[in-house]
Amino acid sequence: MGITAAQALVKGLEEENVTKVFGYPGGAVLPIYDALIDSDIQHVLVRHEQGAVHMANGYARISGQPGVCIATSGPGATNLVTGIATAYMDSVPVVIITGQVATSMVGTDAFQEVDITGITLPITKHNYLVKRAKDIPRIIKEAFYIARTGRPGPVLIDIPKDVAASTIEYQPVEKVELRGYKPNYKGHPQQIERAVRLINKSKKPVIYVGGGVINSGATEELYELAWKAQMPVTTTLMGLGSFPEDDRLSLHMLGLHGAPYANYAVTNADLLIGLGVRFDDRVTGAIEKFAPQAKIIHIDIDPAEIGKNVVVDVPIVGDLKLVLRDLIEKLEPQEHLEWLEQIEQWKQEHPLQYGNGDRLRPQYVIEKLGELTNHRAVVTADVGQHQMWAAQFYKFTRPRSFLTSGGLGTMGYGFPAAIGAQIADPDALVVTVTGDGSFQMAMQEMGTAVEQNLPIKVLLFNNNSLALVRQLQHFYCDKRYTAVSFTGNPDFAKFAECYGAVGLKIETRDQVEPVLKEALNNGRLTIIEVSISEEELVLPMVPNARGLDEMVQFPFGEEDQCE
Amino acid sequence: MKHTLSVLVENKPGVLTRIAGLFARRGFNIKSLAVGETEDPEVSRMTIVVDGDDRIIEQVTKQLNKLVDVIKLSDITHDEFVDRELVLIKVHCDASNRSEIIQIVDVFRARIVDMGRNSMIIEATGDSGKIDAIETSLRPFGIRELVRTGKIAMVRGPKTRNGEA
Amino acid sequence: MEVVFGYPGGAVLSIYDALYDDDRIKHVLTRHEQGAVHAADGYARATGKPGVVIATSGPGATNLVTGIANAYMDSVPLVAITGQVACNMIGKDSFQEADITGITQPITKYSYLVKDVNHLARIVREAFHIASTGRPGPVVIDLPKDVTAARAEFRYPPEIDLPGYQYMYNGITAKLNCAVEAIKRAKKPVIYAGGGVIASGAHEELLQFAERIQAPVTTTLMGKGAFPDTHPLSLGMLGMHGTCYANYAVSECDLLIGLGVRFDDRVTGRVDTFAPNAEIIHVDIDPAEVGKNVNIDIPLVGDVRSILVDLLREIEPQRHDQWLDTVYRWRRDYPLSYCTKKDTIKPQYVVEEIYKVTNGEAFITTEVGQHQMWAAQYYHCKYPRRFVSSGGLGTMGFGFPAALGVQIAYPDAVVFDIAGDGSIQMNIQELATAVQYKLPVNIAILNNHYLGMVRQWQEMFFNKRYSHSNMAGNPDFVKLAQAYGAEGLRVERPEDVRPALEEAINSPKPFVLDFVVDEEENVYPMVPPGGSLNKMLGGSK
Repeated sequence: MGITAAQALVKGLEEENVTKVFGYPGGAVLPIYDALIDSDIQHVLVRHEQGAVHMANGYARISGQPGVCIATSGPGATNLVTGIATAYMDSVPVVIITGQVATSMVGTDAFQEVDITGITLPITKHNYLVKRAKDIPRIIKEAFYIARTGRPGPVLIDIPKDVAASTIEYQPVEKVELRGYKPNYKGHPQQIERAVRLINKSKKPVIYVGGGVINSGATEELYELAWKAQMPVTTTLMGLGSFPEDDRLSLHMLGLHGAPYANYAVTNADLLIGLGVRFDDRVTGAIEKFAPQAKIIHIDIDPAEIGKNVVVDVPIVGDLKLVLRDLIEKLEPQEHLEWLEQIEQWKQEHPLQYGNGDRLRPQYVIEKLGELTNHRAVVTADVGQHQMWAAQFYKFTRPRSFLTSGGLGTMGYGFPAAIGAQIADPDALVVTVTGDGSFQMAMQEMGTAVEQNLPIKVLLFNNNSLALVRQLQHFYCDKRYTAVSFTGNPDFAKFAECYGAVGLKIETRDQVEPVLKEALNNGRLTIIEVSISEEELVLPMVPNARGLDEMVQFPFGEEDQCE
Repeated sequence: MKHTLSVLVENKPGVLTRIAGLFARRGFNIKSLAVGETEDPEVSRMTIVVDGDDRIIEQVTKQLNKLVDVIKLSDITHDEFVDRELVLIKVHCDASNRSEIIQIVDVFRARIVDMGRNSMIIEATGDSGKIDAIETSLRPFGIRELVRTGKIAMVRGPKTRNGEA
Repeated sequence: MEVVFGYPGGAVLSIYDALYDDDRIKHVLTRHEQGAVHAADGYARATGKPGVVIATSGPGATNLVTGIANAYMDSVPLVAITGQVACNMIGKDSFQEADITGITQPITKYSYLVKDVNHLARIVREAFHIASTGRPGPVVIDLPKDVTAARAEFRYPPEIDLPGYQYMYNGITAKLNCAVEAIKRAKKPVIYAGGGVIASGAHEELLQFAERIQAPVTTTLMGKGAFPDTHPLSLGMLGMHGTCYANYAVSECDLLIGLGVRFDDRVTGRVDTFAPNAEIIHVDIDPAEVGKNVNIDIPLVGDVRSILVDLLREIEPQRHDQWLDTVYRWRRDYPLSYCTKKDTIKPQYVVEEIYKVTNGEAFITTEVGQHQMWAAQYYHCKYPRRFVSSGGLGTMGFGFPAALGVQIAYPDAVVFDIAGDGSIQMNIQELATAVQYKLPVNIAILNNHYLGMVRQWQEMFFNKRYSHSNMAGNPDFVKLAQAYGAEGLRVERPEDVRPALEEAINSPKPFVLDFVVDEEENVYPMVPPGGSLNKMLGGSK
């Protein structure tokens, strides 16, 4: 007895241990949806396909397993594009299944037809247009394998309606054979030797950690490495949580809005060990002024990342967990007392700070959130000032606890990602830190959160403004503010209520603690609207074309010293 | 400098787009590209000539290697290899210069494949240097149309695409 | 340009800074780039002028993708200006970098990545030219940050030099003569008019032409308004959810005159039984459309208006009394209809009332789904460019932002977005834009708590196995409107429909009408997918 290719697809998902999918039905995926009814896989119906792919992303980043989303052909598929690009830039394993018009109609501009494999070429790790139903089991297997292994990333499978509906003999696929895809996991022993020598020789080392450490599950090894050789650790936005921020060796985040001491340390280091990082422009500032005195060791699973932006002295291609094991084994314990003392001094003299006093400051709210959640909540952030404040002031202590769109910088990511996160880990306390601009980009997913009964906390900083853009206009456009003012915003607390969720407000400093406590303990979906000034700035900030040590720091200018 | 990349890819629809798209989006510059089936019908070989310094070429090769459909890639620029290109040149001619053109054709061991009253089509194969030379020699007569296939190349000696001897 | 729609970001700072000093161009700040591009699209459809949208690099640009594809499928002139990372950062996966020219390659008419500021003026001129001439479509201009910040002498080029871009405006005379002969020969002609008629501004010529040759006219979804739905010769819409009489007429006719149409699958049903007895004339400006889906007997490549003018010059009045009698009998015997219930609002009734209360003078936009088809069936459109709907791509979430674009173009007009509860949620965030710019658009939600079209298909083709088409967790749309300071009203009884519509129209604020309608109502007639036009379910022979 044969089964339909759509049933084979669902079976394939089951074999890949998929338990949740996020999607939105439509004409071209009807056969797939029909097959889903008979499966134990839970389908989460979203309100916009953009939400589905971000949820799959959040799910993947929490669970470490590929997230799966389904959308119909045409607009369903194109609505995924931003989310696919987001997952691609942040190396998140997502498998995307899209419907396509019937094979005979492909290429005729049929109703809801779009060339989604063509469109997503630049933003997928790989993609498939399935033309023969019998290929489905193999393609599913390959797609998950490619998405999950090596440097993870999104893989898209486009399935024409007639293909999905046709009958095949199902044979499970045992093994993936891909001639052109063979990731390398083991680091080259000679290169590891060279790295060990450099570390042993170094007086002022800094470890610079990115999302790759989290992807590879190498956080324990990182901790061991840092302590064994007494090397301070700074993380990228994507690397937050890979090293406990309450640890003495933590330098917190570096880069454009990084901690001053992290940026000073990198600038003065004689050795920089990049682990699962990209030397992204938001991290390096002016590239010629980046870590000018340092030898660079770069360990990454993706050979194309090595040497892409900076010249590397010791490149090691491999999986971080394996490479770090080798490295730790060969390394002699070190002490860098002088260097650590210098760093401690920077920490004292240039802490991450903001003005205190009576005014309600967003940084204060984040700090309180950190305290009240014992720095152990799952925090998702959107994109904007609030994202940077969350990164600077929450103090993350465990991996896979901070989700944000680092590479693409996608507004509207945070809330759906929180939904995916909560579904991956129902017992977790999930908090979305967002702004009024970002939240509105995905606010329709309130419906999904209500339907799924998820007690997510949305901490919404409302300044009725696109304030990070405003901040750029402040610095680079001579305070000529254009198109950054939102005058038609809703009352977000009322907005929550119209979905049957809880809406709370924080308008003064002394409301912060009681209201946050109430929200964190009420067990329900809650929006906490925090009214802040649009004049707040994210500091420190490395101006365009400047080196990391040339930050603009607090205190800065008049409006920053409001009290 | 120019590099010659020999790339084995899956012989499937869309692979050329993937490769061309990668060059476009990463800002790499293709000088020429030739593609065709190999002795294995499931595999095609692309010979790509790329212009760029060593760092660019390194990125090109690494990025190409990341494409799932790229099976094997070798930069054969510094290897001993045989390369050939085919050109068709439609050149202006008349009674007065016809024999002179035929002489040039002979010198380059090219062939005349079509002859009209005041034009002829010349076919030549050879390495890029030779093709450039014949083009230069014929230019004074007036080239009306010219088409080149782009370079194909193969490493000398017993080594094959699988690296086996 | 008078209006641009957009959303700022790091890579477009210089562009926005230039807008700061410009008081001729009004910038409309949306809440999501998808809203901006659909609003620009709606603006373009309502005015005929190219719509302009600005978005930043990366997610800003990718958020435009659906809207660009939507404009591409419906041939809407649109110029999308996207920011890009600085030239030396391109190709390095920089912050907010996306290869938008690569991504949009299959869904744009043309795209530019500008690497030299000295080319900018020429490119802008070319982009508007390409977007708005020939078969209109979207053009993307991708502008790296350093290029927009650089300075150049502004020289708007006097002429356009694009050797690879040509289109034929006038038809070939020989073919015109063939068409004239075929029209004279025909006993049972039907005119099948699409969006191309509206794009070329040929609605008056079409009216003259139809009356001259006494041929009934059916329109596609995109062609709605190309010919007055209230005219005696009008057969309404054809195709999957077309009228029975239109589909019968097409199936029986001996001459089908396709004007600015694509012979799309939603129109033709099964291609080999489409207009089986007819000679087919196809007039279109895009040669690639001619013969793409069906074989054409007389292809006429050129501007619809110019060709109709030529045909009108050649053709004397014709009479087809017998044929028209047959067609009118079909119209009498198999009208569009639905069952009414005393206590439940039928969605079709709401649309009929919108038509009556606005006297067919309003601008209508729709989302995608059952409500879209009911709008097309029951709202009689009298003028071109007043029915704005996503035809080719079928984009849910298009209607509301498009309505904002329409209202900005015509601040005093009555604008209705006819929506479903699924579609409206897709771009609900644009309520803030409506409030911010004080746009008194009216949203009529035909709320059935389902993705109704998906449910209908599951009912008809999947044994009522309703897989994830039910919408639990909907908001209270009235409270939602109020949270924005807009107005909202829930309507649950048929007799309240009319007063509610009147209240909405008279309100100066954005107005959300939540019509609680019969949950399991289906759209009929319906040609099942892959079926022949003359074999319809519901209301047919």
